[in-house]
Amino acid sequence: MNKNLLLGDEALALGALHAGLSGVFAYPGTPSTEITEFIQLNTLARERGVHSDWSANEKTAMEAALGMSYCGKRALVCMKHVGMNVCADAFVNSAMTGANGGLVVTACDDPSMHSSQNEQDSRFYADFAMMPCFEPASQQETYNIIQAAYDYSERRHIPVLMRLTTRMAHSRAVVSTNTEAREQNTVHYPENPRQWVLLPANARVRNEQLIADFAQFEADAVEMGFNTLTDGTDNSIGIIACGIAYNYLMEQFPNGCPYPVLKVQQYPFPRALARQLASRVKRIIVMEEGQPLVEQRLTGILDTPVKVSGRLDGTLPRTGELTPDCVRLAVGLQPLPERAASQTTVPRPPALCQGCGHRDFYTALNNVIHTYGDTARVFSDIGCYTLGWLAPFHAFHTCVEMGASLTMALGAATSGVHPAVAVIGDSTFTHSGMTGLLDAVNAKAKLTLCISDNLTTGMTGGQDSAGTGRLEAICTGIGVEPEHVRVIVPLPKNYEEMERVIREEIEYDGPSVIIARRECIQTLKRHAAKK
Amino acid sequence: MKQDIILCGVGGQGILSIATIIGWAALDQNLHLKQAEVHGMSQRGGDVQSNLRISDTDIHSDLIPRGCCDLIISLEPMEALRYVPYLAPDGWIITNTEPFVNIPNYPEMDAVNADLDRQGNVIRLDVDALAKEVKSPRSANMVLLGAAASVLKMLPPELFERGIQHVFARKGEEIVNTNIAAFRAGLQAAKK
Repeated sequence: MNKNLLLGDEALALGALHAGLSGVFAYPGTPSTEITEFIQLNTLARERGVHSDWSANEKTAMEAALGMSYCGKRALVCMKHVGMNVCADAFVNSAMTGANGGLVVTACDDPSMHSSQNEQDSRFYADFAMMPCFEPASQQETYNIIQAAYDYSERRHIPVLMRLTTRMAHSRAVVSTNTEAREQNTVHYPENPRQWVLLPANARVRNEQLIADFAQFEADAVEMGFNTLTDGTDNSIGIIACGIAYNYLMEQFPNGCPYPVLKVQQYPFPRALARQLASRVKRIIVMEEGQPLVEQRLTGILDTPVKVSGRLDGTLPRTGELTPDCVRLAVGLQPLPERAASQTTVPRPPALCQGCGHRDFYTALNNVIHTYGDTARVFSDIGCYTLGWLAPFHAFHTCVEMGASLTMALGAATSGVHPAVAVIGDSTFTHSGMTGLLDAVNAKAKLTLCISDNLTTGMTGGQDSAGTGRLEAICTGIGVEPEHVRVIVPLPKNYEEMERVIREEIEYDGPSVIIARRECIQTLKRHAAKK
Repeated sequence: MKQDIILCGVGGQGILSIATIIGWAALDQNLHLKQAEVHGMSQRGGDVQSNLRISDTDIHSDLIPRGCCDLIISLEPMEALRYVPYLAPDGWIITNTEPFVNIPNYPEMDAVNADLDRQGNVIRLDVDALAKEVKSPRSANMVLLGAAASVLKMLPPELFERGIQHVFARKGEEIVNTNIAAFRAGLQAAKK
């Protein structure tokens, strides 16, 4: 055994490598990014030639991993929770094809929205795709469970979802790890080739099978040992603690929890264990990160009249991540004495770095947009440049999801709004903007797409950007007139020229692209240090 | 025995390097450790913190409960105050005195200092100045780690020097030496 200090993300990555991984497919996204980065830098992964290049988006990642699984090898897909929306088509249908080589999809949820636009709970995806899901409670269990998940995926011929949350993904602990790694699988094709061709006739057959299998998955969740029911000395309440909620519960009871506890790390939710717990207690408190999936599921499945508490009845907060403090109150303990919050402290929101090219681009854009009065609309997107909504720029009106800038501008242009301007980063453009640009070209829409190109995926720490060096070729290839694909360098000395170009393209009666290109100053510093 | 520590500052100041070295030392001593970090958006000049828990027995929660933190180590004086609801009644604050002003409404320093005075056990150091004195201007965070080592009772100070050697080894001997010099300056200053 080796002892390592690992983030939850890193424990997952190392566990996957030790399970004989052949490829990781991912698009960067907080809090999932470190999984792929760990594999990219790992010596064993390099020796074995494990694929670890970034994918253009979560859908291409999911599909490539499914292709690797089809060929019999073990594959890993990683993303932040909202990435599940991008790959949902491939994800849900991968339950229909099933897996050949072990296939693990890792979704890192972000309750409290530290770096995200919503609190969606990926367990729901596993549930409606009828796929098993694991939710480890500690870094050590993450390392152990990912390996079990690969074996399980191959045993039941089904992809599995691994759900981490921010505090697991980005928290370090000491993890005991194997000294040897399992060999990679060799190429071998599925035993049942029909179910990989989802024609309705095949899919109907497979759907019946999947529903039958899902019952087996639930039985597995009772028997495999990742879900455990522990007796207590006080049966006034019973507690269902999912994933890391278990840690917050145990924090309250250094000498052991007096109440019976069902610790949940594997889904489908094991109803049989919940019934056993309910038969012993008068009230159940459900503790789960994210949305009240288990709490809602308990309705109608218990044989005995038991009061169910959790996020829905106010025993725990309806939103936000769990904390040891809110769990303490939920089990009826008095709050610990604490000091009053400082009245001197003021918020310190994040901001665009000093010297960042996005700043100069927004300055120039604002100078032009303000001359059009209130009618102009600017639609932005997901990335560092989203911080341009804050003071002093207040540079745009919307930010929704990856790629929405361009297509919302198309909707605005089609509504007769002018100027309709989209602002998107280079990595977000190749992630989800290119198809929208094709729509704009076909519609001959009078809109201006501004690609603020810093040559990297900046917000997540400077990963490769899929279209670097080819953005002009991509835009003209999609059909934007070459003379309306303009490149500017966002620097204060260039404001006059930048504003002239922006104004000209806003006035052009058709889709135009302005690429504001200057390297991210964070990656620039790093490249300079390397030299 | 356990120690709960909140490391805090402004994105980019180097709190994660402090955490990495304490983590290395705890691992070396076969102690249990959990360390929750903040990555992503807030690293762009926002407030950042890391919860670091060391114990000789199992640690459950990755987060420190309110009122339980033994030590706040802060690279910025106002940021130290942000986490006082987590500080135990007998807890300590070790903070840099130099403000990092990147917001228009940064409070008056007199108010910040008065608020720190009210918190009881506070060690204040101008870690930037101390780092410059020992010709390690970019190692202010190691000065602060040195000061913290004076109250991190579970880990002997020599161990941190080995941790610094380990963590900075691939950056070369000179970087290791300037960081150790900064660490020692902080340790000495805190003892006064």
